[in-house]
Amino acid sequence: MGDVLVFAEHVKGKLPKTTLAGIAAGKQAASRLGGACHAAVLGKGVDAVAAEVAAYGVSKVFVVESDALEHYVADAYTDALAQVVKDKGIEMLVATSTAVGKDLLPRVAARLGAGMASEVVHFNEDGTLTRPMYAGNVIATVKIEGSPQVVSVRATAFDAAKKEGSGAVEKLSASLDAAKLKTRFVEFKETKSDRPVLTEASIVVSGGRGLKNGENFTTYLEPLCEALGAAMGASRAAVDAGFVPNDLQVGQTGKVVAPTLYIAVGISGAIQHLAGMKDSKTIVAINKDAEAPIFQVADYGLVADLFKAVPELTEEVKKLKH
Amino acid sequence: MKILVPAKRVPDPNSTIKVKTDGSGIVTDGLKWVINPFDEIAIEEALRIKEKLGGGEVVLAGIGSKASSEQLRTGLAMGADRAILVVTEEAIDSLAVARILHKLVEAEKVDLVLMGKQAIDADSNQAGQMLAELLGWPQATFASQVELAADQKSAKVTREVDGGLEVIELPLPAVVTADLRLNEPRYASLPGIMKARKKELKEIPLADLGVDTAPRLKVVKMEPPAKRQGGRKVETVQDLIQALHSEAKVI
Repeated sequence: MGDVLVFAEHVKGKLPKTTLAGIAAGKQAASRLGGACHAAVLGKGVDAVAAEVAAYGVSKVFVVESDALEHYVADAYTDALAQVVKDKGIEMLVATSTAVGKDLLPRVAARLGAGMASEVVHFNEDGTLTRPMYAGNVIATVKIEGSPQVVSVRATAFDAAKKEGSGAVEKLSASLDAAKLKTRFVEFKETKSDRPVLTEASIVVSGGRGLKNGENFTTYLEPLCEALGAAMGASRAAVDAGFVPNDLQVGQTGKVVAPTLYIAVGISGAIQHLAGMKDSKTIVAINKDAEAPIFQVADYGLVADLFKAVPELTEEVKKLKH
Repeated sequence: MKILVPAKRVPDPNSTIKVKTDGSGIVTDGLKWVINPFDEIAIEEALRIKEKLGGGEVVLAGIGSKASSEQLRTGLAMGADRAILVVTEEAIDSLAVARILHKLVEAEKVDLVLMGKQAIDADSNQAGQMLAELLGWPQATFASQVELAADQKSAKVTREVDGGLEVIELPLPAVVTADLRLNEPRYASLPGIMKARKKELKEIPLADLGVDTAPRLKVVKMEPPAKRQGGRKVETVQDLIQALHSEAKVI
């Protein structure tokens, strides 16, 4: 056997790129285990999204629908997902390390008494897994003992799955014990933005303490993001100083991104920030301190006053696009 | 209210981590050790809750070698009431940590477990969620705000999630894991450090707990990451745009 089940997270009826990376990871895992790659879609009114998941070349899509699954809450989702793993004899459960994946998978692992590896970046031929530790300063080869195995994967390490073939959708009945479900969803305060999502953008422009305040993110960084069609990110220092909202943080404990182009503006390059962006294809650093560690990972470094260089760069980008 | 806060001994996040040449682990010579930064935030939150309620107890829990008592003393100096150290030299994975904590929670009859969302050594981000499941308690991970209800029977927790903030309500007892923005931890005061020396720090050998701690996740080997090729400096914005356009072809 050795079948893999991918937990397919959906947001507002759509599949984010992170989920497609999770499906790709699940297929890689299934090829190592010599089994099939299935997916699980949980929620309420998820027919359309389940059909979409089926188009990404998974064998079967198991659907669990219930009122209790309308909003993500850990206890209800654990019940449903652990049930699918047990009923279908799954060998390995895979999900992307998003906020939901990180919250859910360890709980499911504990329910199953299973070992779990987090933020896996590769499934090796010999059954071992590769994952970063110590903020990416160590690359570890790990092995999960026993069965089933639970694995969360880093989205940036896998290319998004492509549409191929069509899997069967199988509806499973939810046996959720409503009385045992304790957590109540109250509200979601969405950070409104017209920008691409940070973890999905092909270009990311991040600002650090060098920006000095939140207004400067608006005055200097936003026009550059606009011109490039880029997502905006920030260093922990900038977030801690209250310049920008928390969910823009790129780093070990924030978001991990690997866009085609990453532009770090006024960011010194602390280890914890580098851990979140050093796999980007091309890295640009703009900083007035020539000794800043960010220059050691940058493909192109510009030692300059960002308040002069960024507007100039914005103008040049605009010219290029016309 | 009795609050349990697990606190892990980890290398200082600002230290340079090097892998041993044989790949068996990291070089520990000369490393400075601290309380896991997220656990420190959890301790601070527990102290604030106790101060706000005007009573209760904050109990720290450590798992590891006897050296971990150093970090527990620091937590006691911040203001925690007492500490328990489960002594072991074994490599302990997240599920084993959760099983050990499960035992302690039951023995201590705590009302709330506050812990860091992840330890900055293994970066697993698992133990809190696993503990909540083993206890059959609700969980609120990545907390940036914790509000206890007046009757102390439930909590409203704001969580840092993708794309914004989520608010959930959960009955106590519960497990809450701290994210960076929950608070700014205090420093231990000199009187605090003096007092901490006299506070109880009980050591329990792991074997006494009778917990299955056989690791389900084993580290086979460690390697340093591939070094990123050093790039070059450009002189002007013009040069930069030229390089990005014609050389890297990314814009």
